[in-house]
Amino acid sequence: MTDKESKEIQVKPKHELTSPAEQTRPGLIFTPNVDIFETETEITLLADMPGVSANNLTIDLRDNVLTLTGEVDPFEEANEEDILIEYEIGKYHRQFNLSSVIDQSKIDAKLSDGVLRLSLPKVEEATPRKIEVKTG
Amino acid sequence: MLYRRFFNVPDWGFSKSFREFDRLRRQMDELFGAVSGGTLAMPSAGVFPLINVTEDTNNYHIRAELPGIKSNELDIQVTTDGISISGERKIPVEGNNVRYHRREREAGTFSRSISLPGEIDVNKVEASMVNGVLTVTIPKSEAAKPRQITVK
Repeated sequence: MTDKESKEIQVKPKHELTSPAEQTRPGLIFTPNVDIFETETEITLLADMPGVSANNLTIDLRDNVLTLTGEVDPFEEANEEDILIEYEIGKYHRQFNLSSVIDQSKIDAKLSDGVLRLSLPKVEEATPRKIEVKTG
Repeated sequence: MLYRRFFNVPDWGFSKSFREFDRLRRQMDELFGAVSGGTLAMPSAGVFPLINVTEDTNNYHIRAELPGIKSNELDIQVTTDGISISGERKIPVEGNNVRYHRREREAGTFSRSISLPGEIDVNKVEASMVNGVLTVTIPKSEAAKPRQITVK
């Protein structure tokens, strides 16, 4: 986005999460790529989670820790044989510490084309306010 | 083991054994705590998007992870022995007063061509996008399908 629009996308291998909490089920875990940006009223998080459907996605927010977990169903049918495998699939998992206080009742999550858009509105008290200094 | 050859993928044919080897190496890395940035070293042509190709008796299946790309933004061209996928990933600008904490998602154009190991039926190729994963199903041509021979 910084330079010209016609920039070519470079191959970026998926990042495997190396030591999450101890696992009870086998399988690979990847960290999704995210964009996080903040305005005065809300924090928005965009995460690339290809292959995750809405009912396989868990978003959890407690004690200011936001956890995203997405399960991906295996893509292959049983009778298919691999010819070329360049990427592997697995669970997506990522945690964030949120500094501002989030209004939990107004959180909004949308998943379209494998991209999660999560809006986290700040509570009224946390939005910055200009303090007027009185004289006298 | 019978393996065929993809001419545009240098280490094609050995991918299966390499994959096993990679997995083993990764496990070793984890044991010794020497993980190289947590990235996977999969055999690949180094062109976006990364693809997985599988086959069954009647079809080839090509899959690629293309999150955030709508099906009408993709251009898929098929020839008798290959396929090319190109398009552009756009990430809209999010207002003027936003401050970024993370920016890992990338936008840009991409174009990739893949040659398939056998002849295909150009007229019956189907493609679908589900949850950001592209699946192209390519029927093999009648001549390329495996045939069972009965021994008399």
